[in-house]
Amino acid sequence: MPLPRLIPCLDVARGRVVKGVSFVGLRDVGDPVELATFYGALGADELVFLDIAATPDDAQTMLEVVTRVADVLDIPFTVGGGVRSLDDASRIIEAGADRVSINSAALADPDLITRIADRFGAQAVVVAIDAGEGVVHTHGGAVATQVATIPWAVEVASRGAGEILLTSIRHDGHREGFDLELTQAVHDAVTIPVIASGGAGNARHVAEALAVADAALVASIVHENPQGLPGLRAEIQGLGVALRPLRRHHD
Amino acid sequence: MREVVVVDYGAGNTHSVVAALGRLDARGRVTSDPLAIAGADFVILPGVGSARSAMARLNNTGAAASLVERIRSEGSVLGICLGLQLALESSEEDGGVTGLGLIEGTVTRLREGRVPRLGWEVVEPWGEAFYFAHSYAARTPYATASADGVTAVVEHGAFLGVQFHPEKSGPAGLDFLASCLSRV
Repeated sequence: MPLPRLIPCLDVARGRVVKGVSFVGLRDVGDPVELATFYGALGADELVFLDIAATPDDAQTMLEVVTRVADVLDIPFTVGGGVRSLDDASRIIEAGADRVSINSAALADPDLITRIADRFGAQAVVVAIDAGEGVVHTHGGAVATQVATIPWAVEVASRGAGEILLTSIRHDGHREGFDLELTQAVHDAVTIPVIASGGAGNARHVAEALAVADAALVASIVHENPQGLPGLRAEIQGLGVALRPLRRHHD
Repeated sequence: MREVVVVDYGAGNTHSVVAALGRLDARGRVTSDPLAIAGADFVILPGVGSARSAMARLNNTGAAASLVERIRSEGSVLGICLGLQLALESSEEDGGVTGLGLIEGTVTRLREGRVPRLGWEVVEPWGEAFYFAHSYAARTPYATASADGVTAVVEHGAFLGVQFHPEKSGPAGLDFLASCLSRV
């Protein structure tokens, strides 16, 4: 079994990394390429970039960010937000991303999951599920759908998704721990890997999430103190989670 | 500057392999031209996409025949992920696909753990972690390293194949690519 992954998430709007609470109140926290290389060097296992503006104008800006990141980053990264078609996915993967994450577009057109997986392999398709009160939400968590969370997770897996990025809307940005019950339920319902997201406030929260998921997404706790990433990893490992062994820096 | 041919079979992500080569002062040339493959100092067969469409593209462009001939004449080829799997005789992917047959062996779907298998695993006996992202794996007598029981490295003659992605495996991956280039 692969080692559990710690994945910093960079919310990007108009070419800058931002962070909000429950999807609102955005603050600028840095340059995506600079942060990506920094996290890559300090032991992130993977990165996720979510284009949270995702307007047509922003798509071009995001592609430029993806290209610049791919030029310098030597760990895998996923790009989500604004991916609505196989062409959108192709452009992002051809610009150098390893995987795309789709959310609303998968709900509107579930076959899109299969089309991207057929072209690029299942590992290239992450389906993001924003969950709250038992149902899937769209529009950054603002709009509740009639789609129940667990059956949707099962469906996306059966349609060829390679991973689920599961965000609990209620927990997101509050730094009081992940929704472990929901994460466990989704993880039990599928045989593809699951990334837990929303609520990381400290190492213990991450360790708890990694006990029920394959990876944990973190944002504020690393963006507020990027230099603290190695310390955070060490703390998580101290709690009994075997993260990947890193090389010692030669410098 | 050394030129490395990165075989293009239309499945996208050759960008990362070329970027990694750039960090090693080598120039990656992305092409499916059989003559370029035949004449290169070093060839990388990268890995993204599905086996059937990759093989169709390799056969249609003449790249497949050129790769077979290159290995026969002891020219180095590195296969990455699907690029390793395509080098074997056949794969169960996509209902059964005939591979390049550079090496004896077959490719079967992973049957244990979560599939796709995504993430870092320690490759033994190397003792370092590399990044894996795959649903199928190689079964061959020429495996020389593994990760949690799954074939990680295959070596036979002038062919070297890795199931992990060295271009996505941080400093360990870059060192691995550097050692491949230094053999040429």
